[in-house]
Amino acid sequence: MGKRQTPEINAGSMADIAFLLLIFFLVTTTMDVDTGISRKLPPPLTGDEEPPDINERNIFTVLVNSRDRLLVEKKPGNITTLRAKAKEFLHNPQRKENLSESTMKNIPPLGMIMVSKGIISLQNDRGTSYKMYIAVQNELTAAIDELRDELAMEKFGRKYGEIINEDQSNAIQKAIPIAISEAEPKDIGEK
Amino acid sequence: MARFKRDKKSGVQAINTSSLPDIIFMLLFFFMVTTVMREVTLIVKITPPEATEVQKLERKSLVSYIYIGEPIKSNLYGSKPRIQLNDQFANVDDIPSFVASERQSRDEADRRYITTSLKVDQNIRMGIVTDVKQELRKSGAFKINYSTRKVGKINFGKLY
Repeated sequence: MGKRQTPEINAGSMADIAFLLLIFFLVTTTMDVDTGISRKLPPPLTGDEEPPDINERNIFTVLVNSRDRLLVEKKPGNITTLRAKAKEFLHNPQRKENLSESTMKNIPPLGMIMVSKGIISLQNDRGTSYKMYIAVQNELTAAIDELRDELAMEKFGRKYGEIINEDQSNAIQKAIPIAISEAEPKDIGEK
Repeated sequence: MARFKRDKKSGVQAINTSSLPDIIFMLLFFFMVTTVMREVTLIVKITPPEATEVQKLERKSLVSYIYIGEPIKSNLYGSKPRIQLNDQFANVDDIPSFVASERQSRDEADRRYITTSLKVDQNIRMGIVTDVKQELRKSGAFKINYSTRKVGKINFGKLY
């Protein structure tokens, strides 16, 4: 018999062990990117503000009641048509009397441009479901986003989200601001 | 002693797998480094609502979270929606101090960029959310983000 050799440690299973760890991390980790709808809250009321002087036609009222029913511009509305209505109100291509007014403004890279004076006023009840509230917010945001996309496409040849130049995207933001105002909520139907 | 004759080496050699563990370890380290373990354990049930027009939350270190939903252990805490701040249940009155402590823990230059992310269950009523928003307004935390799931198209389903 020859001399005993020190046996080599079998490293073949090392890969399996590492695989186990890897799979553990793969399974346990949530690679969720946090996404959401961003909003800016207004500063609290001090009590001595005067109500701003806004023409009735420049306000697009959206009410959501405690049963998630919509009232859009004093008529029962539907969530599926809200986006188109909000868009038409803000854009008002035919300059209709009952939709928003606009003023000419000079915004540097865009030049003279019509800026809508329209404001979307959103009021919800304390009993409105959060799902409905987000759906409404989403549709209103979508209306503004679509208008921004259209303007950006016309002026710069690409969508608003794809603009790299900061001046350009700031100009678009100024031309089509997120004009959503939230009224103090009502309390009628909280369960 | 008899010796077995070695087989002649065949043409195909076994692939050397000794570097396989290293490769796997590299992957492992990648995942270990990139993953962010959630800092709080959720004690409320949250299924975010769906939305299409979402924005990514940038700079996660400057985001503070408020969770609202039904308690997971509903047999212990009931099914009334509750607010969770950090690791415990809280009331609406606790929000100003929460905002203050979140502000304290951030660098002074970054304080005005703090965003409050509202992670709210889709089935709760707006009342409690409104209360939270009013408190946030009073505390000066104006930048908020309604946490949502990004979908291609919202299923309006039973919504009107």
